[in-house]
Amino acid sequence: MLGRTLREVSAALKQGQVTPTELCKKCLSIIKKTKYLNAYITVSEEVALKQAEESEKRHKQGQPLGDLDGIPVAVKDNFSTSGIETTCASNMLKGYIPPYNATVVQKLLDQGALLMGKTNLDEFAMGSGSTDGVFGPVKNPWSYSKQYRERQRHDEHGDSHWLITGGSSGGSAAAVAAYTCFAALGSDTGGSTRNPAAHCGLVGFKPSYGLVSRHGLIPLVNSMDVPGIFTRCVDDTAVVLGVLAGHDPKDSTTVQDPIKLPMILGEMDVSRLCIGIPKEYLVPELSSEIRSLWSQAADLFESEGAKVIEVSLPHTCYSIVCYHVLCTSEVASNMARFDGLQYGHRSGIDVSTEAMYAATRQEGFSDVVRGRILSGNFFLLKENYENYFVKAQKVRRLIVRDFMNAFDSGVDVLLTPTTLSEAVPYLEFIKEDNRTRSAQDDIFTQAVNMAGLPAVSVPVALSNQGLPIGLQFIGRAFCDQQLLTVAKWFEKQVQFPTIQLQDLMDDGSLVLENGKLTSVSLT
Amino acid sequence: MAASMLRLVRSGRRWALAWIDGGSRERSGTQTGPTSNWARGQSSVAQLSLHTAQKPRKGEHKWAAVVGLEIHVQISSNSKLFSGAQVCFAAPPNSLVSFFDASLPGTLPVLNRRCVEAAVMTGLALNCHINKKSLFDRKHYFYSDLPAGYQITQQRLPIAANGHLTYSVYMGKKRSQMTTKTVRIKQIQLEQDSGKSLHDDLRSQTLIDLNRAGVGLLEVVLEPDLCCGEEAAIAVRELQMILQALGTSQANMAEGQLRVDANVSVHHPGEPLGVRTEVKNLNSLRFLAKAIDYEIQRQITELENGGEILNETRSFDYKLGCTVSMRDKEGKQDYRFMPEPNLPPLVLYDATSLPADADSQQVVNIDQLRDMLPELPSATRERLVQQYGILPEHSFTLLNEVGLLEFFQSVIKETRAEPKRVINWVLNTLLYYLKQQNLAVSESPVTPAALAELLDLLDSKAISSSAAKQVFEELWKGEGKTAAQIVTEQQLELMQDREALEQLCQAAIDGHPQVVTISKGNKVFQCSRNEGQPDICPQFLLHPISPYFCVST
Repeated sequence: MLGRTLREVSAALKQGQVTPTELCKKCLSIIKKTKYLNAYITVSEEVALKQAEESEKRHKQGQPLGDLDGIPVAVKDNFSTSGIETTCASNMLKGYIPPYNATVVQKLLDQGALLMGKTNLDEFAMGSGSTDGVFGPVKNPWSYSKQYRERQRHDEHGDSHWLITGGSSGGSAAAVAAYTCFAALGSDTGGSTRNPAAHCGLVGFKPSYGLVSRHGLIPLVNSMDVPGIFTRCVDDTAVVLGVLAGHDPKDSTTVQDPIKLPMILGEMDVSRLCIGIPKEYLVPELSSEIRSLWSQAADLFESEGAKVIEVSLPHTCYSIVCYHVLCTSEVASNMARFDGLQYGHRSGIDVSTEAMYAATRQEGFSDVVRGRILSGNFFLLKENYENYFVKAQKVRRLIVRDFMNAFDSGVDVLLTPTTLSEAVPYLEFIKEDNRTRSAQDDIFTQAVNMAGLPAVSVPVALSNQGLPIGLQFIGRAFCDQQLLTVAKWFEKQVQFPTIQLQDLMDDGSLVLENGKLTSVSLT
Repeated sequence: MAASMLRLVRSGRRWALAWIDGGSRERSGTQTGPTSNWARGQSSVAQLSLHTAQKPRKGEHKWAAVVGLEIHVQISSNSKLFSGAQVCFAAPPNSLVSFFDASLPGTLPVLNRRCVEAAVMTGLALNCHINKKSLFDRKHYFYSDLPAGYQITQQRLPIAANGHLTYSVYMGKKRSQMTTKTVRIKQIQLEQDSGKSLHDDLRSQTLIDLNRAGVGLLEVVLEPDLCCGEEAAIAVRELQMILQALGTSQANMAEGQLRVDANVSVHHPGEPLGVRTEVKNLNSLRFLAKAIDYEIQRQITELENGGEILNETRSFDYKLGCTVSMRDKEGKQDYRFMPEPNLPPLVLYDATSLPADADSQQVVNIDQLRDMLPELPSATRERLVQQYGILPEHSFTLLNEVGLLEFFQSVIKETRAEPKRVINWVLNTLLYYLKQQNLAVSESPVTPAALAELLDLLDSKAISSSAAKQVFEELWKGEGKTAAQIVTEQQLELMQDREALEQLCQAAIDGHPQVVTISKGNKVFQCSRNEGQPDICPQFLLHPISPYFCVST
């Protein structure tokens, strides 16, 4: 049952094949078994069981709230959850219990979803490995998969070679990949959902900016953040997006009814599609395996009658620098509220208010966070503002225009890699610092955030090492449905294999009907 | 009459004096507002009033003061600028704080439509250009009553700009002539108020009240077109009345709904402007005028003595009557302005740009607001002059005193007396009594109806003018008696019986033959206990005693 997709389980719940409580308990037991992944910061067991109980009543009365009623989900620990600790993996917010739910969390709960817990991340979502939070790094479930292990030399089987999940929403990715839940919320500012999705063999979706409310998402970069969705298939993403999307009076940057809901992805006529391949995304650092899969994917579309053309996004190479300036500037501003006065960590040093601020922020933030605050404040100084912030904004405009030009030339969807390579071992990853890693890992993803476009990473195949590789589709703003329809078609063609987690399969926790995902029509 | 010379400006429970028209004993003549020059060589900075700067001695170098104001106006609105929390003065601490106001992580600002409308209306009333697109910015600084570490304001593109405010000052030697002056308005911006810090020095702790945090403010920035404290006070008073007429702010200075920062510098006319200081948080018109004049004088003295003026922030110590350096800024403050990413540009519409399918709840229409503007003080004054034939300066007093115009109009409605008589009584008697006892118009023991009745008695010649004063004094005691009752009780009616009056007169004449030769019959009134009607008495007297009158006239 756990191996099924969200839509399949939803149907099973409605048909009474499984109860929400059974499902919830199974997921809780897997969470315990996979504790070593460090996917969760907080497991909200009691809350989930209580929600399951209520869901069960509704199902018994034949009145479920919706497709998500009774479905276990997980939420990245940078979304506000009422009554449940929300830490952002930072000392600053350890022990902080928000009094309100983020809009997206509330929407999930209103649909009857069961909140299994809060997932691990890089501190304040600053990172691309899920390695830089105060609760320690997240381990990629694929490190323990049959597919990966079989291909490893015997002497590498020790636990020291475990892989990173990517990030910053690595906890959410691991939670979904390890079958602890059916969907999870991440956040995506420069690739934080798509990157770990690619490394964990999941669908990772970044909606159009303004489609999904950010209210309650503890911000990294307000002008780029969006709640992201992790699921094991594209259809499931559409179900969750259908629940989350829409104007929120509490978030002035959400648009009024841009998309028809509920979202059902139909079949599509690929022959009428135009796929753009941005030539600037072919960089030397790109692994040959991914490069070849990218090219095969383009061929696949072409062979099915789609028009595949090369396009140019000429300002791509400036994007990451520009992203860095804008990101750190907003970070400096957003982090100003963490002064220890209203909530969160407060230093015991109280000789003066200023001394308390300084000590609180020194103790509460990691070097990575403080480093970004420092550079952001530097860029915002009066004497630097024009040369850095304003210039970066201008470059951002050019990047937006690049995408617009591509779409104006008739391209429906852009096809790119999501990451430069497959997931790397933790010990390899930490050889470079956070900033360098973020710059490398966000290379294909952050420009999309600058332009506010929807993008989705779809798992394509396993690498020679047996690790997942994802490709990214980028759509026109607010053409999220079209984008997911293309992704769904592609997903069906590539038949990405299911993760085989030895531990879980051995003791029968995970009963997989077959090795492949099957789409079941819900009627 | 003292009452017509001083304009008392009420702010909250206190009367604050603003010397905004002529004739005050505190002044010695030649000083005039707008182009005042400050003579060099003033001995004492402690002298506050304007006369210290009078009478430049021949050949001396004159100083000119340049004053600009930044006025923070609390918008009259049920909820805050970006949150649904209620706005209410003197509520229990931290009882009106939303999650956004406390800057809980993840909360976002949602712009309050009412505040936008108030800004547009104020901009229109101040002849501003309304920007159809304006932007919000973050201004960063760490302070314990600023929970987010930044204030959301409009630094780059404010909602309104380039306006002007017209006000009137008294000019000339006797300060009897009114002149209209104008101060340019640089811009009006929407921004958040901060919370309040209460410093408990004993326990060395600071207590924070966030009730005010996030309340909508209009920052009205005036160009440095003013030249002294008095003028600044008049301009602010005019602004205050406009805001109150619009209903965009209660503008009550004592409750902090209108706060003024003054930028002050001095220079020699024709030379570049001097270094300016900023006097912060002036919360009454009297202190505003005092602080500016003190600061001007201080700067002149400083420069005269070879010192220099620091570009600094100062506060006004109202107990000592002087400004003191706040020394709160270690070095230069860099606010690291940044666009507020959570608020899209604020777009306003007019009749031509309004989209046909626009949801009226979602758009603000400038033209519609313009049509809704109420009568503004200048128009009200003009109307009063026209309608009642009163003097322009009377119209100023009527408007300056909170509630006085309403009082005046209520009396007019209920009495047969001429408006000119009513205005005299209201300004010279009622206002005089109010000031004597530091009372607001609303606290007057004499109601408009009571005064109307009194004026009716006077108008029908039932009582004399001096008896009327006596009745007024009785009414003022507030014992609940009507004017008529008082008149009866104290037998203040005019004698209508000709014969009795003649007898009285004769008795008076007979009793004081020597006085009669040099007087016009004051004694008659004495004898008749003020019941004689002054304008008819001479005729009575003329008849029997005309020969004597020949002597005295």
